[in-house]
Amino acid sequence: MAAIEILGLTKTYQVGFWRKRPKCALQPLRLQVEEGEIFGFLGPNGAGKTTTLKMLMGLVYPSAGSARILGCEINDPRMKAQIGFLPEQPYFYDYLTAAELLEYYGQLSGVDAKERKRRVSEVLDRVGLPNVSGMQLRKFSKGMLQRVGVAQAILHNPRVLFFDEPMSGLDPIGRREVRDLMEELKRAGKTVFFSTHILSDAEALCDRVAIIHQGELRGVGAVADLTSSVQGKVEVVWRGNTVLPSVKTLALDSSVTGDTVRAVVLEASQDALIDTLRRERLHIVSVTPLRTSLEEYFVQKLRPAEAAAGVRS
Amino acid sequence: MSSRIRHIASNTFREAVRDRVLYNLIAFAVLMCGASILVGQISIGIERLVVINLGLTAISLFGVVIAIFIGIGLVSKEIEKRTLYTVLSRPVQRWEFIVGKFFGLAGTLVVNTFFMAIGVFLALLYVSQRFQAADGWVLVALYFIVLQFLIITALALFFSSFSSPLLSAVFAFSLFVIGSFAEDLRGFAAMAQGTTRWLATGAAYLLPNFASLNVIGSVAHGQGVAGALILSETAYAMVYAAMALCGAVLIFEHRNLK
Repeated sequence: MAAIEILGLTKTYQVGFWRKRPKCALQPLRLQVEEGEIFGFLGPNGAGKTTTLKMLMGLVYPSAGSARILGCEINDPRMKAQIGFLPEQPYFYDYLTAAELLEYYGQLSGVDAKERKRRVSEVLDRVGLPNVSGMQLRKFSKGMLQRVGVAQAILHNPRVLFFDEPMSGLDPIGRREVRDLMEELKRAGKTVFFSTHILSDAEALCDRVAIIHQGELRGVGAVADLTSSVQGKVEVVWRGNTVLPSVKTLALDSSVTGDTVRAVVLEASQDALIDTLRRERLHIVSVTPLRTSLEEYFVQKLRPAEAAAGVRS
Repeated sequence: MSSRIRHIASNTFREAVRDRVLYNLIAFAVLMCGASILVGQISIGIERLVVINLGLTAISLFGVVIAIFIGIGLVSKEIEKRTLYTVLSRPVQRWEFIVGKFFGLAGTLVVNTFFMAIGVFLALLYVSQRFQAADGWVLVALYFIVLQFLIITALALFFSSFSSPLLSAVFAFSLFVIGSFAEDLRGFAAMAQGTTRWLATGAAYLLPNFASLNVIGSVAHGQGVAGALILSETAYAMVYAAMALCGAVLIFEHRNLK
C-alpha cells in the first residue's frame, strides 16, 4: 500500500491588500510514496516544500486536489495518530520542561499513561537529551530544540514521519545522529518523508527524491537512477607534474595537483589518451566514467530552459 | 468533555500559572488589606458597603483584564509562534483546541476569583468583626462576575481567531465597556425613532449585556438576587459564550495557518 498519495494538491493564495491577485504556491502535485521508503522532497527556499507539508498536516487547506496518508483523508484523526511531524525551525511551549512537553504531546496522541512515561524517557535518550528532561525549554539552544522536535515526532511510534528541514540548526554531530535515526526508522519499517535543500543528506539517505521548484514538480525518481546517467565523459588520472601538449589537444579539461594530473576526455578519445600516456611511460592511477551527481541533476531541473539551451549548443 | 479538551485546558491553565498571571492576587491582597484598614478608619456605618463595592469591582476589573489580555493571545500567539503545528498534526480537531483553550482560561479565572473572594471575605470580617446572613449574596455577585468572565473570554477567543492581538484587545475591551452600559443603550433605543430605533435596538440585543450581570450595587446594600434572575442570567451567559465560541470555531476551522 502507498503510505502517501498526493493527488493533484494545488495551493493558490490571494495576495495584495486592495486588488487581490492569485499567487500560485503549488501547481497540481501528483506523488506517491511507498511504505518503508525514505523519500526526499528537494527544492530551494520558497519552492513549495513547506506548503505541501502543511497541506498534508491539515494546517493549510488545498485550493484543489486531495491527498491520502495510509489510505485515509488528511484530516482523519485516526490517521493523525499514526503520523509524526517535525516542523521547520520548531518552537515549543517554553514554560514547559522537555519531559512535560512530551508528556502533553503523548496525551494528545492518545498514548496511555504507563506507556507515556516510558516513551518520554526513551525518546529523550534517543535524541541525545537524557539529562535535561527537567529543564524548561526556554533555556534550550536551537540545536536542542530541534532534537526535542525530533523526539516529539517519534514519541507515539508513528508509521509515517514528516520532517521539514530536519537537519536545520544542527551541528555536524547532530546531523549525523538525525541521519542515523532516519535510517533506524527505515529499518523499523517506517516511512519517512522529509524536505531539505541539503543535497548531500538526500543523496546519503533517500531511496527516492522529488525535486520541486516554483511550486512545480520538476523530477522524481530513485537517487541511483537520477545520478547514474553517464555523461559520455571519462576522467583519467595519472602520475606526473605537467600536462603534455598531445594530451591538451584531447582533453576537455585538465589540471595538475601535486604529482597528479587529472584530465577529462570524451569517451571516444579515451583510448587515444591512454595510448599517449603509455607511450610516455606515465603511471595511470584511474580511469572513471563521469556520472551526474544529485547536485548536477538538481541544478539541471531547476533551470530546465537554460539546461536545454546548453544541450543544444 | 473529551480527554484532549481536558489536556489542552490544563496546559492553558499551567501556562497562565507559569507566566505568573496569578501574581495579580498579591496586588489584590495588598489592595484589599489597605482598603479595609483605611475604610475602617474613615467610614462610619458603611464599611461593609464600601468593602463589598470596592472588592467586587476590583475582582471584576482584574478578571476582565486577565481574560482579555490572555484570551487575545490564546490562538494568535500559537499561530505566530507555530506551537500550534505540532498540536494540530496530532489527532486534535480544531474545535477541540478552541474549546480546550476556553476552558483553560475560564478555569484560571475561576481559581483567580476564588482566591480574591477569600480576600474580600477576610476584609469583610475585619471591618464587621463577624459575618452576616446578607454576606451570602456576595457569593451570587461573584457567580455573576464569573459569568461575565465566560462571555468576555469567549469574545476574546472569537476576536483572536481572526484578528491581531492588538485589534482583538481593542474589540474585546470596547465590547466590555459598551456592554456595561447595555441597559442605557436599551433605554436610548426605546426613546429613539425610525432607523435609529431599529439600529439601537439591534445593537442592544446583539452586544453582550454586562450591565444585567452586575449586581454588586444591590448586594452591597444587602439586597438579595431573585432566583429567576440567577437562572435567566446563567442561561444568557452560557448561550452568549457558546455563540461566541461557535463563531471562533467556525472562523478557525476555515483558517489557513501560514
